[in-house]
Amino acid sequence: MACKLGQTGSSQGGPSLNPNGTKSHKRHLPAKTFRWTSNKMGREPPSQSQSQMSYTVEQLVAVNPYNPDILPDLENYVNEQVSSETYSLEANLCLLRLYQFEPERMSTQIVARILIKALMAMPAPDFSLCLFLIPERVQMDEQFKTLIVLSHYLETAKFRQFWDEAAKNRHILEVVPGFEQAIQRYAVHVLSLTYQKVPRTVIAEATNIEGVSLDKFIEHHVANSGWVVTKGQGKGQVVTLSLNEFNHPELKRSAADSIPLDHITRIFPVLG
Amino acid sequence: MRPNSDTQQQHSHCDISSALLLYRSRNPNLSASTMAAVGYDYEDGLPSSVDGGLSYDPSFVPDPVKSFVVHLYRHIREKNVYEIHQMYETSFHTLSDRMFKDTPWPSVEAVAQYVDNDHVFCLLYREMWYRHLYARLSPTLKQRIDSWDNYCSLFQVVLHGVVNMQLPNQWLWDMVDEFVYQFQSFCQYRAKMKNKTEQEIALLRQHDQAWNVYGVLNFLQALMEKSSIIQILEQEKEGLEQFTATDGYDYNGGSNVLKVLGYFSMVGLLRVHCLLGDYQTGLKCLLPIDISQQGVYTSVIGSHITTIYHYGFANLMLRRYVEAIREFNKILLYIYKTKQYHQKSPQYEQILKKNEQMYALLTISLSLCPQVKLVDETVNSQLREKYGEKMLRMQRYDDESFALYDELFSYACPKFITPSAPTYEEPLVNYNQDAYRLQLKLFLYEVKQQQQLSVVRTFLKVYSTISLEKLASYMEVDESTLRTILMTYKHKTHSVGADGKTISNADIDFYIDDDLIHVVESKTPKRYGDYFLRQIVKLEAVIGDMDRVKLE
Repeated sequence: MACKLGQTGSSQGGPSLNPNGTKSHKRHLPAKTFRWTSNKMGREPPSQSQSQMSYTVEQLVAVNPYNPDILPDLENYVNEQVSSETYSLEANLCLLRLYQFEPERMSTQIVARILIKALMAMPAPDFSLCLFLIPERVQMDEQFKTLIVLSHYLETAKFRQFWDEAAKNRHILEVVPGFEQAIQRYAVHVLSLTYQKVPRTVIAEATNIEGVSLDKFIEHHVANSGWVVTKGQGKGQVVTLSLNEFNHPELKRSAADSIPLDHITRIFPVLG
Repeated sequence: MRPNSDTQQQHSHCDISSALLLYRSRNPNLSASTMAAVGYDYEDGLPSSVDGGLSYDPSFVPDPVKSFVVHLYRHIREKNVYEIHQMYETSFHTLSDRMFKDTPWPSVEAVAQYVDNDHVFCLLYREMWYRHLYARLSPTLKQRIDSWDNYCSLFQVVLHGVVNMQLPNQWLWDMVDEFVYQFQSFCQYRAKMKNKTEQEIALLRQHDQAWNVYGVLNFLQALMEKSSIIQILEQEKEGLEQFTATDGYDYNGGSNVLKVLGYFSMVGLLRVHCLLGDYQTGLKCLLPIDISQQGVYTSVIGSHITTIYHYGFANLMLRRYVEAIREFNKILLYIYKTKQYHQKSPQYEQILKKNEQMYALLTISLSLCPQVKLVDETVNSQLREKYGEKMLRMQRYDDESFALYDELFSYACPKFITPSAPTYEEPLVNYNQDAYRLQLKLFLYEVKQQQQLSVVRTFLKVYSTISLEKLASYMEVDESTLRTILMTYKHKTHSVGADGKTISNADIDFYIDDDLIHVVESKTPKRYGDYFLRQIVKLEAVIGDMDRVKLE
């Protein structure tokens, strides 16, 4: 057989124009090697066993984004993220993708953990990103319905309803350590976008912290984030939040006026 | 590198049209008996659209086709990209229009003798053969499977073999584009289980690897990796490599096929991931391509549009409205200015359709994030003409506006797919709408969450400061509810960028100081710095020119 337009070099024999189709095409692709050690990139593997694990799974995902064989590793990794309070959206999306391709392998327990982790990543849109990949009939499951309601409350800043609902569903959420703190971080984020000065009661409602605990919480932010506590006009404490470009637009102005260095380089010849 | 001279085109035309005359004189002699005589292996019989009136003989090669394959084969051997492009873009479609309007082209077995039975050419011919079949007829399941097999063979030759061809970007883009399209089409077809015959189901089960989602993604990924395109683009930034500057072509005797296929595979991956609802991963696949600049992706209009359509859509779903608006605006302006040049192109209809869809997506983006100042005046007037009235109604956030979001989204969204195989258990149900319904539902959910924001917006527009108490009474809500609405406004108008930083999408912003709302009108910061830098460079060039002028 002539082959002027290219040497096939592969095991393909003859112009098999009507292949019987029974052969598997899955294995035709270059076999990918699973790298459990990281020295490929010339980097030292991190010394802690915890972070070494995370490094290798991330790499596994990078090398094999479409390989069903890594599904069990990714499931273990979700549990690992839960116990070590770490997070990898990319690995979790990869797992949801594999579930999407082979729904019969889906574990609802793992999916629930991924979704709770995604809620904890607010204000990032991770929860929606996960829902986009989960079939509707699976979303009908009671625990997922609960999580969707919780997400709705967070998305619409209805913190009081959120904390009430969360309290009712402690059994679902307490599996994942650090949940409350993560939501409180989100609450502080939204408050900082919105307020320069905010009544203490509003902080209490958003973070679900009261009394002495709230004193400590605010003190912590006074020490670390530049909050300032003042007495309001006869209606309790008012907290001045740290200024950022979103609650203090002057900060934005100055950032927008600057010229990045690589633009300046254009006139280097002129200056020289 | 895009061929555009007309004289050359006529040359190859001549061959074909004279041969066409010959064919016409022969055509009446064609009878059903010649058709039945050949051993073309159609297990499912002839395509449904070929009816008794028109006889199609797959083994009969009319002279124009003979001439076409002979010339195309020669040009490919001689690496004459210009001529290949002419034949591929013009002659193929002219012949299709004149002779194969509703029949397939002659079978590859019949033409192989004219091209030295060249294996690679036959794979290319079959790729076009199926593309034509998909465009003009409805493929049978057997044909879908065979086309998949052909892509496997073709891509394997490219991946493992040393292909020495140089093919036009248009053709290479069409391969990736068609590969993804046929995958999407297969998923839609397979999901309509209700009307499947027993034979079809048996065939589906037997060929469970055909258009398997892993296979599709891994081929695109393999092309991308094997071509080292990401490293090439990286090195190009440092001036160590040329790719964009030559439009991906290789002027040193090498082949552009793997490199450019790898490049377009990144766009292919973006599209597949969008079809699956995985917007984050889709955008990640596109990262190596800098879409703020011209690139090989802009060298083919179809690729340019596909890239930006999916990029914009993914950003819309990620709530990065400003980014979506910016890119939709740019491409719509580009199409507006250039569409006249594509009127005769076979892609023209597709261009117009995507154009309309992107106006619909722009309408949605602007309704959720009314940053009209980001939109060029030309695009804006088109937008007002097409969707002006709908846009006004969409601001209202009642049931009717909700229905409009539904309508526009359904019209303009990608054809979402369910990638998994059916269970084949009785009762057989259609699930081809499932993926679309889920994406629509989640999108409308988002719209609902933003329901009250446009009301806030109308008040913020007319005040520079207003107390919470007063605004609460205007909006007829209590103060605590107002606080949640205002925080929602802030949250929804501030998205998280790819780098994890907070980006403001707010047209009108505010902050609350104790009980008082201060409104901040966001003026687009004028880029004086950039303007002055440009002028400095220009002035320097003028001075340089003047220095060179010697005065007597």
